[in-house]
Amino acid sequence: MLALRNLSKSYVAGTPVLQDVNLEVGARGITAIIGASGTGKSTLIRCINRLVEPTSGAILFHNQDLARLSGPALRRARRHIGMVFQEYNLVERLTVMENLLTGRLGYVSAWRAWRRKFSPEDIGRAFELLDVVGLSGFAQQRADALSGGQRQRVGIARAVMQEPRLLLADEPTSSLDPKTSVEIMELLTTVGRSRSIPVLVNMHDVELAKRFAERIVGMRGGKIVFDGVAADLDDAKLTMIYGGEGWLQ
Amino acid sequence: MTDRAAASSLTPADPFRRDVWPRLAAIALVAYVIYACSRLDVSWERVEAGLANASHFFARLFPPNFERRDLLVKGLLESLEIAVLASTLGIVLSLPIGLCAARNLMPAWVTWPARAIIVMARSFHPVIVAIVFVKAVGFGALAGVLALTVASIGFIGKLFTEAIEEISLKPVEAVRSTGASFLSVLTYGVLPQVFSRFIGFATYQLDSNLRNSTMVGIVGAGGIGGTLFAAFQRFDYDFVCAILIAIITLIMVGEVLATAVRAIFIENATLIDLVRGGGKMRRVRHAEDD
Repeated sequence: MLALRNLSKSYVAGTPVLQDVNLEVGARGITAIIGASGTGKSTLIRCINRLVEPTSGAILFHNQDLARLSGPALRRARRHIGMVFQEYNLVERLTVMENLLTGRLGYVSAWRAWRRKFSPEDIGRAFELLDVVGLSGFAQQRADALSGGQRQRVGIARAVMQEPRLLLADEPTSSLDPKTSVEIMELLTTVGRSRSIPVLVNMHDVELAKRFAERIVGMRGGKIVFDGVAADLDDAKLTMIYGGEGWLQ
Repeated sequence: MTDRAAASSLTPADPFRRDVWPRLAAIALVAYVIYACSRLDVSWERVEAGLANASHFFARLFPPNFERRDLLVKGLLESLEIAVLASTLGIVLSLPIGLCAARNLMPAWVTWPARAIIVMARSFHPVIVAIVFVKAVGFGALAGVLALTVASIGFIGKLFTEAIEEISLKPVEAVRSTGASFLSVLTYGVLPQVFSRFIGFATYQLDSNLRNSTMVGIVGAGGIGGTLFAAFQRFDYDFVCAILIAIITLIMVGEVLATAVRAIFIENATLIDLVRGGGKMRRVRHAEDD
């Protein structure tokens, strides 16, 4: 499905952020990546859809090495990878409907997109998805009129509009309150299960990761130091991932 | 605490940072102003004599003489045509040029030529550019249109570039991640963020082109400026007054129109809102737009 092979990334030569990361993600289920700030979680996620250029290594996705693609081939591959962002990254001045249809831009010519000529199926699916994420009736609202939780729902719906084979989420709950965070994680889980696509999610909140993820990957210093189920993640393992002990009290 | 205070030479008695350079700069400025006045023979006697001349001139302005209405209307219409044509051309051309000059979206080999065009377009006052175009394409409105088009490219292009360079790249990243083509990234990720500001620049430029179109005529580039200049030279001050009143009217009408366009595009007002003055209500809601 998705396999990272010896993936490395250095923004500055000589100081690698990712070091020889090897990771395989199965055909379904939620995988949470945890680790302290600055350990390369975001970089790892962004390397997969090449928002960040990996320095070396391979990203095998459906028998294709994404690291070698460029131009139209890369754009075609990106269509199959939906992404949810920490700060939602909606286009604030567009309506909720326009933001959702952004998810179809990889399938529609720029000229048709400019004239808002999306197919009736796309528009129908957008309305269905608004129902799924609990925002029916919001189609014509401008994105900047929504609350944080509502925006993230739009962000998830936009990613699902792509009909992705893989869903990436970069700290999707870090800007939200605890209650909304749980709701957003529930939504991500539901969406992943009902469409049977794997979800790879970066998280700060260890408890939330334990609660929702079938598999937890711990990162430290640009390397994977833990890979297992939530039950295996005891204090010793957490100390290994985050360092120190005082914060566990 | 005392160590830090000593290090930055601040004492309790004098807690403000005293810097000698701003004071020196102020003294230098005053000295230069005095020097320039002496060089340019600026004196109070001359200002006094000038005021007397001015009052004589103002007395002859009134009453305004609207007898040569045909000439006046023809000149005004030509000015209006110059302004609208130059603004349209300028807006259409400055969009791609401004986009190409944005360093956050384009590689250096694209931004440098685009920036060079904008800098050149901004280097000279429209009147100087008009003189060049009068030499190139002859007397008449075409020279005026071309001159003001250049000015529009310089102004809108520069501000549009700056607006694009200030956008948030987060939505752009999100749109890219969907596999959208570069053009779709522009139309969905970039343009929505700068559209209202672009409308603002464009209407301001139309306003400014209206004013400048009344002036390029002085150097023979068409419009009412030529008529105004001729009237001045023939001491037809009452006709000058009529022309000035006509220009003021034109500018005011232009400003009302520009405000309406801004209200419709930026505040999503309808024509009915504008008549009722309801646009202000929406302005509060989208206050962050400007």
